[in-house]
Amino acid sequence: MKILVAIKRVVDYNVRVQVKPDGSGVATDGVKMSINPFDEIAIEEALRIKEQGKADEVVVVTIGNSDSQQQLRTAMAMGADRAVLVETDSAVQPLQAAQVLLKIIEEEQPGLVITGKQAIDDDNNQTPQMLATLWNRPQATFASQVEFTGDNKLNVTREVDAGLETIQVELPAVVSTDLRLNEPRFVKLPDIMKAKRKPLETKVLADVAPDLQGQMIEVLSHEAPQPRSKGVMVESVDELINILKDKGLVG
Amino acid sequence: MPHIFNRRDLTFQLYEVLNLEKLCNNSLYRDHHTDDFEQLIDLVERMAEELFQPHAAKVDANEPTFKEGQVEIIPEVKKALDAFIESGLPAASFSYSEGGMQLPYAVTQAMAFIFAAANVSTSAYPLLSLGVANLLSACGSDEQKQKFLKPLIEGRYFGTMCLSETQAGSSLADIKTQAVPQSDGSYLITGNKMWISGGEHNLSENIIHMVLAKIPGGDAGVKGISLFIVPKFMVDDAGSLGARNDVVLAGLNHKMGYRGTVNTVLNFGENEGAVGYLVGEAGKGLSYMFHMMNEARIAVGLGATALAYTGYLHALDYATDRKQGRPLNQKDPSSPMVPIIEHTDVKRMLIQQKSYAEGGLALGLYCAQLVDQQRIAISEGQMKAAKAHELLLDILTPIAKSWPSEYGLKANEQAIQVHGGYGYTRDYPVERFYRDNRLNHIHEGTKGIQGLDLLGRKVTQFEGQSTQLLIQAIQATLAEVKDPALQPMAADLASHLQLIIATTQGMQAQIPNKGIDAYLANASLYLDAFGHVVVAWMWLQQAHTAVTAMSEAVNDTDRQFYQGKIKTCQYFFRYELPNIKPALELLAEMDTTCMDFDLGLF
Repeated sequence: MKILVAIKRVVDYNVRVQVKPDGSGVATDGVKMSINPFDEIAIEEALRIKEQGKADEVVVVTIGNSDSQQQLRTAMAMGADRAVLVETDSAVQPLQAAQVLLKIIEEEQPGLVITGKQAIDDDNNQTPQMLATLWNRPQATFASQVEFTGDNKLNVTREVDAGLETIQVELPAVVSTDLRLNEPRFVKLPDIMKAKRKPLETKVLADVAPDLQGQMIEVLSHEAPQPRSKGVMVESVDELINILKDKGLVG
Repeated sequence: MPHIFNRRDLTFQLYEVLNLEKLCNNSLYRDHHTDDFEQLIDLVERMAEELFQPHAAKVDANEPTFKEGQVEIIPEVKKALDAFIESGLPAASFSYSEGGMQLPYAVTQAMAFIFAAANVSTSAYPLLSLGVANLLSACGSDEQKQKFLKPLIEGRYFGTMCLSETQAGSSLADIKTQAVPQSDGSYLITGNKMWISGGEHNLSENIIHMVLAKIPGGDAGVKGISLFIVPKFMVDDAGSLGARNDVVLAGLNHKMGYRGTVNTVLNFGENEGAVGYLVGEAGKGLSYMFHMMNEARIAVGLGATALAYTGYLHALDYATDRKQGRPLNQKDPSSPMVPIIEHTDVKRMLIQQKSYAEGGLALGLYCAQLVDQQRIAISEGQMKAAKAHELLLDILTPIAKSWPSEYGLKANEQAIQVHGGYGYTRDYPVERFYRDNRLNHIHEGTKGIQGLDLLGRKVTQFEGQSTQLLIQAIQATLAEVKDPALQPMAADLASHLQLIIATTQGMQAQIPNKGIDAYLANASLYLDAFGHVVVAWMWLQQAHTAVTAMSEAVNDTDRQFYQGKIKTCQYFFRYELPNIKPALELLAEMDTTCMDFDLGLF
């Protein structure tokens, strides 16, 4: 079985993100970029499945400019077998990303697609669901545990508002990862060298999806969050309730 | 929390100033590409942030303890080191034939710099072990390499350097540890060793002690000193661990800083005698140690720079966030307070730290790439070029070790000052950096010894060849600097270089009258002054690179970065370089105020 992992290059989670002065977006010049942390978990899960002998190839794919090669190389240093870059200089929105990924799925015919539940830049949480819908295959989102049942099915434990929910999906399917699924490994130095010799195929977005639609979101402006106002320490529950009442927050 | 290092600056220094990619053009490093270096630094950065930095304060507050002959260390240390080893990092700089990755020394030093900035005491264990591995790689027999070097490179064994004894620290000629030859070719070692970092722990399968000892009947003094491998557990020919060797933990030293690095007193041969194996020839122990000294001392200097660097970044962050006071011309008390970075005195302290931290990094990496140049020349059979690189390294080494130790500590002092009262508490890391950094003037040859090494040996060795090579290297930079904005600084550097050369020559001329003691009386002052000239050169190189790159900068962030380099260079030339003149005057006169100070007058 082949596993396709979709990843995205994003501003590193440790970076204190700054909005450009004109509000047109977030400053990325000279900012550290990394694999979206949820996608890193997706790579790790795919590698573990392969190491258990349940898959024989892990292919990692991304949509982005040529700098994204760096993240694909890192994924291959972690252990992915090969990589596909769908190159474009402009950002794609979730529905567009899902359409492009569908084209790659049609070409690669994976038995399982794993991706992060959302990218930490735009926090959309849409691409995996849209992809499953377009592909007309089952989806198991927010996975915190993935188990093969042996009959070409997966038991997936999902992190939902009420707690944990376990569902069964038939393969091929789309799984989106939550934070507690696993802890991604550190790459090994010899594997960095080996990753250089692994195949990285570059495709042009316009060739992959010539009739791309779905530019549905219009961004009006970006603003930095208001600084949090200073808190007050209270001595007792009564005092807390009084303050909340004064502020009109409780009746 | 990170603030471990500035990736943009490291990239600038490695690729823009030093053009490290050129190293990959020769046979030794041809398998590598700067992309690999970047991926390695990605890995190191992540590991430093996730596994090393988070327990740095905890291991400082909970130093290793001595329980029933064993050392207990908080578990976070082993977890971090296991990840370090699992990733294959110990093998980075070793040759393919030794099972290594044959990466440039400059890259592995950048790696060590990041780990030291994140957690100096935990990173000391593998870095010390790499020193031992280097020593064995250079001087060990094939059998010794197979048995001990391989597991060191794999990270399964850790190592120590056992030189000092309680009565013999800087004065190694006076060590008392004995090595008695046995019929099977091994030696029995008896004696006590002091200040042994990593001397006992359960972080690794085995510990390889490199011990200096005297064989009875040998020469007196340094020529009677030999080097021995003494393993904690005996190792058989198949590489399996056997019985415990007679190396006993006598106690722990409780230190001001580097508190996570266990520092031990070891007794060798208290009972049946500790089995040791002679490395190389008898009587050459100290020269083998010194063979590794350039690299070891560059590494100490980079460690000091790492602490200065992370302290600076923490201070910068604090000064940007912390609001106190108002601009001097703002009389309205209800107006908002400003971040303290807007107060000029705070800004000055930050620029001072920046000039020391980034100047120290430039110096350490410059020396590290000289080690690479030397290795390349050797691998290509260019022995004359290799010798030239070695001679240049020789004169730079005492500076690369001492200057960051001296001025990195001053940077840490200013980082505390920027934090005000908070900097004096353990709620902020800057007081820890200061305590950690205080070690660096002391170990691997004290500051006083470095001064004697520079003035008494290096500036005159081989008829001044090292000095000549350094002058040529500085003049090569001066010849490159064409930008009018940098001309005044280039002229300044030329005149200070001239001044220090003239001072040195003047002093040498006075030796017949005043004696060698007077010549060396103020060697530490000479070391600082010489260091400032060398670091001024490093700053001019950076500014020159920045001016050149500025025209091609694609965005404001880069333009500001380059401008920051140029302005910090100006700071160094205006506020720092002129400070060496009073010391040079004392030196030129061969002032003997201290030398003549009668002991009864204290």
